[in-house]
Amino acid sequence: MEFGFTTAAYVVAAVLFILSLGGLSGQESAKRAVWYGIAGMALAVAATLVGPGAGYWFLSLLLIAGGGAIGYQLATKVQMTQMPELVAAMHSLVGLAAVFVGLIAHIELGRVMAMGEAERNALEGFAGLLAHKSGVEVSILRVELFLGIFIGAVTFTGSVVAYGKLAGKVDSAATKLPGGHMLNAGALALSVICLVWYFNTGGFFPLFLMTLAALFIGYHLIMGIGGADMPVVVSMLNSYSGWAAAAIGFSLGNDLLIVVGALVGSSGAILSYIMCKAMNRSFVSVILGGFGGAAGPQMAVEGEQVAIDADGVATALNEADSVIIIPGYGMAVAQAQSAVAELVRKLRAQGKTVRFAIHPVAGRLPGHMNVLLAEAKVPYDIVMEMDEINEDFPDTDVAIVIGSNDIVNPAAQDDPNSPIAGMPVLECWKAKQVFVSKRGQGTGYSGIENPLFFKDNTRMFYGDAKASLDSLLPKID
Amino acid sequence: MKIGAPKETFEGEARVAMTPESALQIQKLGHTCVIETGAGAMAGFSDKSYKDAGVEVVKTAAALWKAADVVVKVRQPSETESKRLRDGQTLISFFNPAANEAGMEAAKKAGARVIAMEMVPRISRAQKMDALSSMANIAGYRAVIEAGNNFGRFFTGQVTAAGKVPPAKVLVVGAGVAGLAAIGTATSLGAITYAFDVRPEVAEQVESMGAEFVFLDFEEEQADGSASGGYASVSSPEFREAQLAKFRELAPDIDIVITTALIPNREAPELWTEDMVAAMKPGSVIVDLAAEKGGNCKLTVMDEKIVTDNGVTIIGYTDFPSRMAAQASTLYSNNIRHMLFDLTPEKDGVIDHDMEDDVIRGATVTFDKEITFPPPPPKVAAIAAAPKKAAVPELTAEEKAAKEVADFKQQTKTQVTLIAVGAALLLAVGLVAPASFMQHFIVFVLSVFIGFQVIWGVAHSLHTPLMAVTNAISSIIILGALMQIGSGSFLVVLLAALAVFMTGINIFGGFLVTRRMLAMFQKS
Repeated sequence: MEFGFTTAAYVVAAVLFILSLGGLSGQESAKRAVWYGIAGMALAVAATLVGPGAGYWFLSLLLIAGGGAIGYQLATKVQMTQMPELVAAMHSLVGLAAVFVGLIAHIELGRVMAMGEAERNALEGFAGLLAHKSGVEVSILRVELFLGIFIGAVTFTGSVVAYGKLAGKVDSAATKLPGGHMLNAGALALSVICLVWYFNTGGFFPLFLMTLAALFIGYHLIMGIGGADMPVVVSMLNSYSGWAAAAIGFSLGNDLLIVVGALVGSSGAILSYIMCKAMNRSFVSVILGGFGGAAGPQMAVEGEQVAIDADGVATALNEADSVIIIPGYGMAVAQAQSAVAELVRKLRAQGKTVRFAIHPVAGRLPGHMNVLLAEAKVPYDIVMEMDEINEDFPDTDVAIVIGSNDIVNPAAQDDPNSPIAGMPVLECWKAKQVFVSKRGQGTGYSGIENPLFFKDNTRMFYGDAKASLDSLLPKID
Repeated sequence: MKIGAPKETFEGEARVAMTPESALQIQKLGHTCVIETGAGAMAGFSDKSYKDAGVEVVKTAAALWKAADVVVKVRQPSETESKRLRDGQTLISFFNPAANEAGMEAAKKAGARVIAMEMVPRISRAQKMDALSSMANIAGYRAVIEAGNNFGRFFTGQVTAAGKVPPAKVLVVGAGVAGLAAIGTATSLGAITYAFDVRPEVAEQVESMGAEFVFLDFEEEQADGSASGGYASVSSPEFREAQLAKFRELAPDIDIVITTALIPNREAPELWTEDMVAAMKPGSVIVDLAAEKGGNCKLTVMDEKIVTDNGVTIIGYTDFPSRMAAQASTLYSNNIRHMLFDLTPEKDGVIDHDMEDDVIRGATVTFDKEITFPPPPPKVAAIAAAPKKAAVPELTAEEKAAKEVADFKQQTKTQVTLIAVGAALLLAVGLVAPASFMQHFIVFVLSVFIGFQVIWGVAHSLHTPLMAVTNAISSIIILGALMQIGSGSFLVVLLAALAVFMTGINIFGGFLVTRRMLAMFQKS
C-alpha cells in the first residue's frame, strides 16, 4: 500500500493519543479517553503492518496476540495495591524492547553499509530506508540509536530493580556499592567514550560496552534510592521509556514514535516534577538518593505517645461531626482499603462529613491512594487533594492517619533543621483530635521522629491497620 | 550508695526530704537510706515508720552527714551544714544558687556535687522532678484555705431560710502553677473566680479550671510566654497601666485576692496598689504569694498577717508548703526520688552523675570542684516557640501595579532568554544536521510542547491511570520492531519478534488495567 496512507494513519493515531492523555483531566472524560488511546494504538499497528517494510505478518500478529493474552491476564489479576510493581515491570519491557530495536538498527546498518550500490537500490523496507542515507545521516543515525539503546538499557535494569523493591523482592532501603555515585559517573563517562568510538568506527564492541555500562547505571542508580522515593523513580522511568521511544523514532525516521515518545517523556517528567515538589526536594537530590544532611541539630521530641484502644476511637468517631482520613502506604501494605471504605460508609450513613486527604506522594506511585480508594468504592468526590483540604483541619473533629508518617510530620513546618523542612504536609494536628493507626513506634521512611505522635491531641491506635479497623467497625453505630 | 535526709534546721520548716514511702522506692534503686532522728516528726512521719520501711535512724545531724553519700534536703543548707559537706558527697536540695555565692563556694571547696532542685529545667521529661511546681501547687491550694480562714463568709452562695448569702468573688492574679491550683480550689469551694495573666495563651487553661479570664482592652503584641521558658516576662508600661486600670475597676467587688505574679530573678511587680486595697470592702482578704520577693502588694509584710485600717487582711506568709508539711513532704520526696531515679540509670545503687543529660546538667550547680552555674541553655526548648509570622504588609494599589510590572518584566526576560538560548542551540544543530533530521526534530519539539500542555491538565487523582496509559502507548515502539521484522537475518527477526512480544504484553496490559482502574472511580 502507499506510504502516504501510513503517514495519514499516523497523524490520526497521534491526535488520538494526545486526546487520550488530555481526557485524563477528569474522571468521567477519562473513561472515554482510554478508548481513544486504544483506537490510536490499533490504527498505528494496523497501518504499520500494511505499510512498507513490514513482513512476517502472521508471526507478528501471533506474537501480539500471545503478548496480549499475557497482558490481559496481568491486567485482570493484578491487585490494586500491586499497581506500582506492575507499572515498573511494564516499563522494563519497554526499555528492553528499545534496546532490541536499537540493536536491530545497528545490525541492519552494518549489513547495508557492506553492500554495493546496486544491491542497495534493490533493498526494500527498513533496510531500504537505511540504504538511501548519506554519510552525515548515517552518523546521526548512529548517535540516535546509541541514545535509544542507552536510555532503553537504563530504563530496563532500573525498572527491574524498582519492581523488585516495590514487590518486596529486593530490600527497599537505599543501598549503594562502595564508590557510590562515582561508579555511576564512571559508567557514564565510559558510555560517552563509547559514543565517540562508535560514532567514528560503527563497530559493535563499543555499543556492547555501552549497553553493559547503561545496564549497570540503571541498576545501581535505583538501588541507591529508598522505598518512599519510588513515586519519583517510577515517574522518572516512565519518562525515560518515552525518551527511549523518541530516540528510536529518530533512528527509524518514524514520526509517530517521536510524537508518542515525546508525549510520554514529558508526561513522566511532569509527574516527577510534581512529586519532587510535594516532597520539597530537588529532582537531583532524589535521584542521588537518601536524604541530605540536616542543616543542624534537630529539635528533640518531648512527650509521650499515648495509646488508645478501639473503644476509645469508636466513641470519638460516634461523637464527631466531621472526619478526615489520611491514608498512606501503610494502608496499602495492610490491604485495609475496604475496611476504610466500610468505615466511611457507616460514618456517612450517620450523616457525618467524611473526607479523605491525599498527599501527592502518599503511597508508592503518583495517585496510588486514589486508585486504592476507588477500588474500595469510595466515591471520588470525597477524596481531596492536599491543597483543597489543608485549610479545613481546624474545623475538623477527628483526623485519622492510616499508615502515613512523613506526610503528616509537623517538623516540616516547625523545625528548620529537619531533613524534611519545608516539605508541604497535611496539617492534621490542627484537628481537634488525631488518631494514628500504626504498626509500632518506629519512625517513617525518612527516619525522622514525628512530633505529631507526641502531641496532646494525638492518640496512637497501634496494630495492623486492617485488624485495627476490623475491630473498630462493629463499635460504630 | 547511702541516701540520707537530715532534720531541717531552718526555723519553722516542717517538711522533710524523705518519707517512708519514698525510702522504699529509693531502696528499689539499690540504695540504702538513713535519716536523722525526728526529721519527719513535724510532717507526721515517726522514726518508727521510717524503721519499718528499712531506713536506718541516726541520732545526730553530724552522724548523718558523715554516713550519707547523698544528702537530700528541703531548704538550702545553712552555714554549719555547708561545712559538713565533704569530697565526693552529693547534695540534692533547694539551693537558691542565684543568690547563694557563699554556699556554692563552700560546696566547691569541699568538692561536693550540688543539685539545686529549683534549677530543674522546665521540660516535659523533667516534670516529675519539678519541685518548684509541686510546691507552688501546694502554695496555691493553701493560699485559698488560708484566705478562707481569714474571711468571714461562705465561699459558695446559698439561699437559706435565714437569708440569702452571696458567693465570694475571688481574683487570682498570675495563672502559673500556684495560680491554677488556687483557681481550682476556689472554684471547687463555690466561689466566683476571676483570673488574670499577662500571657494571653493561658486563658484556655484558666477557663478549663472553671474561672473567668479577665481580658484587657489592650492592643499590643502581648508577651509570648513560650519565649521565656513558660515564665512571664516584664510587660510594657502601657500594658501595666491598662492592667492596673482593670484591677482598680474590679477591686470594690472582689472579696479575696490571691496574687502569684513572679518574674524570674526580679522583684515581684506591684499589681495591687494601696488605693485598690483602700477600695476593697472591709473583711476582704489578700493573700500575697509573692511576699518573698517583695510582694505584689506593697503593704504586704513578709511572713506576717496584717490588717489594714479599712479592715482588709493581707497575708504575706512564705511557708505555705511547710504549713502542709505531710502533703508537701510526700510530693517533694517524690521529686527527689525521681531525681535519684535519673541519677541511677542502671538501678544498681550506683550514682551516675551524667553531665551530658540536660536535666541533671541543668540542675547541677557545683561539680568536681567547679561551679557549674548558670547552666548552658537546655538543648530542648521548654515549649516550642510559635514561629514568628512575618507580617505581610498590605500593598497599596500603586505598589501592586509596580510589582506586577516588575514581575511581568522578569517573566518576559526569562522567557526571552530561554527562547533565545533554545533557538541558538537549534540553529547550531541545524548547521550540521541534515534536513531529514531537522524535519523529525521539529516534530519532536512540538510534541514535547503539546505533551507539557496536556499533562498539566491531568487530575492528581488520575496519576496512576496516567502512568498506566502512557506505559501502554509508549509501547508504540512496537512499530519499530514491526518495521524491522521483515528485513534481514535470523538474528534480526528473533530480536524483533521478542520486542513485538514484549510490547504486546504492554499494550494490552496497560490499556486494560487503565480501563479497570477508571471504571472504579465512582461519584457518590
